Amino acid sequence: MNDRVIAFPHMGNYDIPIKYLLKKMVKAEIMTSPPITTRTIKLGTKYSPEFICMPFKYTLGTLIESLEKGANILVQVGGGCRYGYYSELQEQILKDLGYDFIFINLVTNGKSDIKKIYHSIKQVEPKFNLFNIIKSLYYFFITAKMVKYMDLIDDYIRKNMGFEVEKNSFFNLKKQMLDDFSKVKTFIGLRICYQKYKRLFKKIKINKPKDCLKVGIIGELYTLMEPCANYYLEKEIASYGIEIKRYTNVHYLLFEKKKKAPQLIKYACEYIKYKMGADAADNIGRTKYLCEHNYDGIIHLKSSFCTPEIGAMPIINKICKQYNVPILFLSMDSNTSEVGIKTRLEAFYDMLKMKKGNKK
Amino acid sequence: MDKIKIGIPRALFYYYYIDIWRPFFEELNCEIVESPETNKQILDYGIKYSNDEMCFAFKIYIGHIFYLLDKCDYLLIPRIDNYGIKNQTCTNFLSVYDIINNIFNKPTLNYNIDLRKRKNELKGFMKIGKALNKSKRNIKRAYKIAKIKYHKKLKKEILINYSKLSSSKIKVLIVSYPYNIYDNYLGMPIIKCLEKYNVDMIYADKFDASVTRKLAKKLSKNLYWKFSKELIGAIKLIEGQINGIIFISSFPCGPDSLVNELVMRKIKVPHLNLIIDDVEALIGIETRIESFIDILKQNE
Repeated sequence: MNDRVIAFPHMGNYDIPIKYLLKKMVKAEIMTSPPITTRTIKLGTKYSPEFICMPFKYTLGTLIESLEKGANILVQVGGGCRYGYYSELQEQILKDLGYDFIFINLVTNGKSDIKKIYHSIKQVEPKFNLFNIIKSLYYFFITAKMVKYMDLIDDYIRKNMGFEVEKNSFFNLKKQMLDDFSKVKTFIGLRICYQKYKRLFKKIKINKPKDCLKVGIIGELYTLMEPCANYYLEKEIASYGIEIKRYTNVHYLLFEKKKKAPQLIKYACEYIKYKMGADAADNIGRTKYLCEHNYDGIIHLKSSFCTPEIGAMPIINKICKQYNVPILFLSMDSNTSEVGIKTRLEAFYDMLKMKKGNKK
Repeated sequence: MDKIKIGIPRALFYYYYIDIWRPFFEELNCEIVESPETNKQILDYGIKYSNDEMCFAFKIYIGHIFYLLDKCDYLLIPRIDNYGIKNQTCTNFLSVYDIINNIFNKPTLNYNIDLRKRKNELKGFMKIGKALNKSKRNIKRAYKIAKIKYHKKLKKEILINYSKLSSSKIKVLIVSYPYNIYDNYLGMPIIKCLEKYNVDMIYADKFDASVTRKLAKKLSKNLYWKFSKELIGAIKLIEGQINGIIFISSFPCGPDSLVNELVMRKIKVPHLNLIIDDVEALIGIETRIESFIDILKQNE
């Protein structure tokens, strides 16, 4: 059954673990979804509703492009806000465009239905039996661990990326690491691989001053994690010689959020009492944390029309004013030009530098 | 002693729950201060104090609250999270309490409906009553009376709505949240415009919610917004008996952006999608309504 081709929209580097898991679970061919280009965004915007948030446009564009390339099984996931409802509309739009495919939705409304997932896997792979279930569970745990390791390494990279002596050394090594990660077979293999690269990353020469500028990045998850959606913002900031801290990553969303979200609300109890949908309440808690831990500035990223984040913005603004920490709000859309954002980042950086200089 | 004054902003929740709130507080011997119909001044306040990307209905809500600030002792601000699994509300409804508390500094009466965490309406009203120093028995009695009055009024409205279905005029179903339709600035200009053309309007929000919620599944399997479900179900309920559908949404409404698009792709009845922002010129909208009515007349 080689005529079945699975495709899924990508987000950051997380297509590698997902591909790894799918490869072990089903025999169908798995397609690397085409990279996001201007054409992807144009296609997505053309067929999307008017005031939808940006992830919808990007993922729809990617899905259309992968259908054009011959995929016939699409996998999509959803989050807690209106992200959870994406898949149904996207399926309808693609069907109206005349494509023929099977649509598998893993998460609706922030919850995944195991029975539903089983049925959809059965659709793709009719011979799916108990042995396969155990096997895929085993690989699921390996994948989860892989995501955790990736996020840990990413944290380290973000801290030091701006101070590398040799250009692109972090970037190249990370590419190598992801290649190796996709080849591991066992838990132990993964661990050895991780430790090897951890050592290698620590060996990379950096030239980091002790009192460098530190910036925290918070905001909506897709815009944060997909570098195409934020125009490689992290790289840009790092190039000014700034240490970056970001909390949102897939490991946090999948495994830690349930435990940590109530803690964060409690931590910021003078500002908020209830959860506010998606990551809004977490972001408020984190803003307070960043302000109290001497970060020089905060950058808040969201896609335009992201309702939960819009609700959080006045509160975040208030916290930053109380602690006197500068904050930059960036609202990304499919047609925001790169240059405009660069100018604003530059101005923000200059302001941070002046503020730090005045303190001395 | 003066009666305690409770401020109720005439926006968002007002149109869903005022028929419970009014008798409830009257039973508890409190005075209700309702803000007036939305006017230019309130809208300007709303735009000034809200974030520029917030949905238009929410901006109006903030304007109403600002109007009430110096006219009452407490503001009534509920938070409605969900009515059980797959009956979520829009994220603005979740965050309204925290946002208002951060923007304005005013004592609030608040209750939280979150059936997933077993926080139902009665518990919420008990909390309000306690904050007002009333006895448990009084609160329960007031709640019961309020509930009875609410259901009576609702039944009447549903009957009126149904009776319009048998008229011989052109029938248009208006699909929008009550806080859009009945607001003086958002939906009323459209309703008034429609009245000129001698059209019978049927409101999608005035149907039996338990029936429409079930019917919504036929149009959308995964939909999990309670209020959207009720509207969509109404379309399915009377699809065969109407001439056209008008969707009204406030810019940029989160649920509407997805749900209306999906529904418009699935239904075969002629429809018109109107999106309202704080633009004051209504001529564009009037032209569109006029041509839409012309089409409906031709179809007949």
